[in-house]
Amino acid sequence: MSTTKKFLYVNRRAPYGTIYAWESLEVILIGAAFEQDVALAFVDDGVYQLTKGHDTAGIGMKNFSPTYAALGDFEVNKIYIEKESLEARGLTLDDLQHLVWEDEDEDWAEKDSIKVVTSAELADLMGEQDVVLSF
Amino acid sequence: MTMLHTVNKSPFEKDSLNSCLRLSKDGSSIILIEDGIYAALEGTVISDSVKDAMKTKKVYALQDDINARGVKGKVMDGVELVDYAGFVTLVTEHDNVQSWV
Repeated sequence: MSTTKKFLYVNRRAPYGTIYAWESLEVILIGAAFEQDVALAFVDDGVYQLTKGHDTAGIGMKNFSPTYAALGDFEVNKIYIEKESLEARGLTLDDLQHLVWEDEDEDWAEKDSIKVVTSAELADLMGEQDVVLSF
Repeated sequence: MTMLHTVNKSPFEKDSLNSCLRLSKDGSSIILIEDGIYAALEGTVISDSVKDAMKTKKVYALQDDINARGVKGKVMDGVELVDYAGFVTLVTEHDNVQSWV
């Protein structure tokens, strides 16, 4: 008998400078493969993981940012971004990748995966989880 | 003596940039690399302190690290972008290098 738990992955680090962002993505995909109820939160420097137009040719590292666009295909479609973190960095949703998923129950209608939430809303979400994993 | 300071940590996560700004002399140079490049961006909560520092110090940022992070449209005026060769040239032009790791 399988059990589905609510997993929240909290991403707080910028990409490339450390390995946290990339490792988080790998663990997220593992959680999705085991058909868990997966949600992602991007706070603090974690919001930089989702900026558009990464070009890593000059630093000799793999550009893993296209992977975020594939999350919808793994039914990872609850992506929460803290409003306060965006604002502190002078960013808006327009600076981030447009992540979508297709809703099987509505004739595969394309829907937004990203939701901007306040700190208070995110705190509530964290309180609803079975497992919180921090990166 | 001229000093080149390197900062490779995000100003939002670590205090390295603040320490560098506080402890670097007027006329010295600061190059932002790796996650340190986020200090070179316009419209953030630390942009004003970097602009203030640029009145007396020269601030550079590594272009390749900015490109990697998808923020090249947000670099603030006054920050001079350099490539790796330019970074090496800066090292040779200064008497010493201090890394705020």
